[in-house]
Amino acid sequence: MRYEAPDRIEKAVDLLASAAGEARVLAGGTDLIVQMKSEIVEPDLVIDVKRIAEMRGVVEEGGAFRIGAAVSGAELKEHPRLRKVWPGVIEAANLIGSTQVQGRATLGGNLCNASPAADSVPALIAAGAKVIIAGPAGRRELAVEDVVLGPRKTALAKGEIVVAFVLPKRVPLAADAYLRFIPRTEMDIAVVGCGVDLTLDPAGKIIAARMGLGAVAARPLLVGEAGAAIIGSSLDEPALARLEAAARAACRPIDDKRGTKEFRVQIAGVLARRVVHIAYERAKASAKVST
Amino acid sequence: MLDTVAKKSDYKVVGTRPIRPDGVDKVTGRARFGADLNLPGQLVGRVLRSPHPHARLVSIDVSAAAALDGVKAIVTREDFADQPPELTAAGEMMLNYRDVVRNVLAREKVLYEGHAIAAVAAISAAIARKALRLIRVDYEILPHVTDVVAAMAPDAPLLDEAMITAGVTPTPTTPSNIAKRVDFGHGDIDTGFAQADVIVEREFRTESVHQGYIEPQACVANVAEDGQAELFVTTQGQWIVRGHCAKLLGWNVNRIKVTAAEMGGGFGGKTVVYLEPLALALSAKARRPVKMVMTREEVLKATGPTSAARVRVKVGAKKDGRITAAFAECAYGAGAFAGSPAGGGAMCAFAPYELEHVATIGLDVLTNRPKVSAYRAPGAPIAAFAVESVLDEIARTIGVDPIDLRLKNAAKVGTRSTYGPTFAAIGFVELLQAAKAHPHYSAPLPAGQGRGVAAGFWFNVGGDTAVQLTLNEDASVTLTAGTPDVGGLRASLGMMVSEELGIPLDKIRTQIGDTASLAYNFVTGGSRSTFASGMASVEAARAMVKELAARAAKIWDIPVDAVKFEDGMLKPAGDNAGKYEPMSIRDIARQMAKTGGPIVGYATLNAQGAAPGLAFHIVDTQTDPETGKTTILRYTALQDVGRAIHPAFVEGQMQGGVAQGIGWALNEEYVYGADGRMQNAGFLDYRVPVASDLPMIDTVMVEVPNPRHPYGVKGVGEAPIVPPMAAIANAVARGAGVRFTQLPMSPPRVLAALSGQGAR
Repeated sequence: MRYEAPDRIEKAVDLLASAAGEARVLAGGTDLIVQMKSEIVEPDLVIDVKRIAEMRGVVEEGGAFRIGAAVSGAELKEHPRLRKVWPGVIEAANLIGSTQVQGRATLGGNLCNASPAADSVPALIAAGAKVIIAGPAGRRELAVEDVVLGPRKTALAKGEIVVAFVLPKRVPLAADAYLRFIPRTEMDIAVVGCGVDLTLDPAGKIIAARMGLGAVAARPLLVGEAGAAIIGSSLDEPALARLEAAARAACRPIDDKRGTKEFRVQIAGVLARRVVHIAYERAKASAKVST
Repeated sequence: MLDTVAKKSDYKVVGTRPIRPDGVDKVTGRARFGADLNLPGQLVGRVLRSPHPHARLVSIDVSAAAALDGVKAIVTREDFADQPPELTAAGEMMLNYRDVVRNVLAREKVLYEGHAIAAVAAISAAIARKALRLIRVDYEILPHVTDVVAAMAPDAPLLDEAMITAGVTPTPTTPSNIAKRVDFGHGDIDTGFAQADVIVEREFRTESVHQGYIEPQACVANVAEDGQAELFVTTQGQWIVRGHCAKLLGWNVNRIKVTAAEMGGGFGGKTVVYLEPLALALSAKARRPVKMVMTREEVLKATGPTSAARVRVKVGAKKDGRITAAFAECAYGAGAFAGSPAGGGAMCAFAPYELEHVATIGLDVLTNRPKVSAYRAPGAPIAAFAVESVLDEIARTIGVDPIDLRLKNAAKVGTRSTYGPTFAAIGFVELLQAAKAHPHYSAPLPAGQGRGVAAGFWFNVGGDTAVQLTLNEDASVTLTAGTPDVGGLRASLGMMVSEELGIPLDKIRTQIGDTASLAYNFVTGGSRSTFASGMASVEAARAMVKELAARAAKIWDIPVDAVKFEDGMLKPAGDNAGKYEPMSIRDIARQMAKTGGPIVGYATLNAQGAAPGLAFHIVDTQTDPETGKTTILRYTALQDVGRAIHPAFVEGQMQGGVAQGIGWALNEEYVYGADGRMQNAGFLDYRVPVASDLPMIDTVMVEVPNPRHPYGVKGVGEAPIVPPMAAIANAVARGAGVRFTQLPMSPPRVLAALSGQGAR
């Protein structure tokens, strides 16, 4: 096995594009190294991207955040602005694995591992995040919800690497939140994950809402109907019932060792209700925090 | 209190909490566990395992693998002679050498996914892996059965086509997967049920659960050119590993020196051999050291968990709570070979109680799963889950406090146990009284929470034990024991010797000897190590005192019986009292050479008089009605511990048993697909509790000393895993309003039950 650690994205793209055998990008390694140790993958080439400066930093540009794909969850949590402006994304990234894992695991890795149950992905979808992709044909942007196509399958072409995530500029009275269900209290994988981002008007009415759901289908989903169900409401019971129904209707889960179809569908509705309350309270409180 | 055991206040060391001698090495990562030894020239050993749950092994072709550069040895069934049926003890369970040789490497058939077929030793892991892929195995796939109830059906696929159920009269004429039936009890249950005011009858199901030790099986074997062999291994018993390996290899036992590594958890699972005979055979072939370490997937798929089971229970009682009749049938899955702990389950089911009419049955059932091995009180937790759940229903039905119900029926000294013997020492009544008086039991319970209680029983054992005590020239003492230390044994043995000799604990170094340094020791298991090695250590210390007295007598030139040992000093006694200056052990140590040479204390014994362990637990739970997730809010574990030599270690055993029990109750289970393959062979989806899942587990040690032990010791390691599943089920029944008769009470199952969707 060959190991390369280029310091420029172009070099990484070249290596990846010209690789003869199986090539893998290494960020935090919390999925890749585990898969290699358990002989699920045996790559011929591993490209470590942690020396590429563009992939390792967080930059605030005119209110939007550009987050390097190889920034760890622990680093995100320590960013003084990010955790105030995007608490849902940050809490999702810091539910991955254990404290030790969070010191290594990255948003880029969590997305490109292409697990339907990745914790940060529904939160990023709810946040309206986009990814910047570098490849042999140059750069392009893609919405996060369009990156994962199915288990272990992404929309990335040969030679393409996710360089960074862009979180849009915040408007006032907006906040996000993420909740997942696991049978334990930590160090577990989501049976269902649910992220939401809300924007309120000064009267407390929801004027924009996006919801992402994880582990309920072959890939993480943007559930437009769930967002639409609560727009115009202040989370009154009929709106919540519509939200719950929309979240459940979007689920196309499988029965597996982590839960039955019925259980996942049920939990998706429960989490949708619970998470919008958290985001709603945060959005109201955000009026007191300058954005 | 009995006069054979000194009062607690008489002790200076026993009952205190000194720092454990192996602690620093463990927290600094210096301790050598099974995989931590590397030898020059060492090869990597890997095992080829069956992907099929049941198939005939038509042929195994290793020629391509053997031709691969870097492959130094390969072993298959051809390298091990067949063994005739012969039963041997391993831990608390019996093994049949005919089956052991087949489990180590499959012969006629593979009987479970993960069953070992061949082992390769190569110069690197990558080459070993490649070699495994080059081994061609021709399988004839057979129908399989992984479910214990399905395996008992008349038309079930047979694992052993010649198996006739033992213990049934008349002898059955057709083969089945039921290897054996055992019966216990006394009285006549029909008479008893006829007297009952209330009868509760339920059927329970539990899934296989694994011990979940963090350290996987690992060993290094080194067979020299002259055939002498060394084995460094993670094990609960060096001597049984030696015996099993020698048997399978056809060697004299003394050809193999087995050294037990520090152990990263065993819980009964490290009392059998898997890799060890393979590593020795590979090393003998290659003439190089061979190291073998299992992956977690191999541990879960190919080492022994405990049984999946079906338990039927029927209990009848009078309105005042007196039990008139009790029946239990424990059908336990054994996995691929006979030998489930069904007998232990049937014996322990009603053991805490004094019953006039009781009958219990154990059924040992073969399934296409890995052969079960001992797991902490083997068999008892499954039976207790069923019986203690039914007792809770009886208590609620007749409106009696659940502790009072148990007090009314509690076994006492002199009670004829439900499995035969009469109890000589049992502290169940004291335990129940302590539980009833505990503030937890009477604490107000917020709405939505439930409080459950349950009792647990385990026999505890003694067995073959040897200990050597050496007096060093500087008057320090070296204590060598042969039972691997799993929970603070070295400190506990040192403390008893310190108490006996009046030597400070830091002058006593306790080590675990290899098989060449001591006579035979049975395993650490059956909660016996502090009891039996403690008894031997005390005997060895007393033998040493005798010798010290003889030396003093020689120096003073007075009769031996005119020397007494008091406060760590040798003193002239009787007519000679005061005639000579008392001598310390140090004074004698200085004069060892002049008075007859080195001084040792040695004891070998088959420890008798183990007293049963009883545990009683109180737990508060809350179940989220929307997700089915149950949270353990408060837990109090009470136990009759005999005498706690080192209370912190006893508390640790109690808390550890509860932690494993909570996992068993809520989330741990083997998940099998229709293909007969395990779906969750890793710690991500085989969910042992993490620290944040557990509340602080409060412990109450009730000390009812064992009169048959010099320090009153009773085994404490196993009883605490017996009550948790029933205690939690009883709490959920009272808090969430649903009685679960199936484990685990995982969120999907609980939510389905709460929303009336059926399956409990």
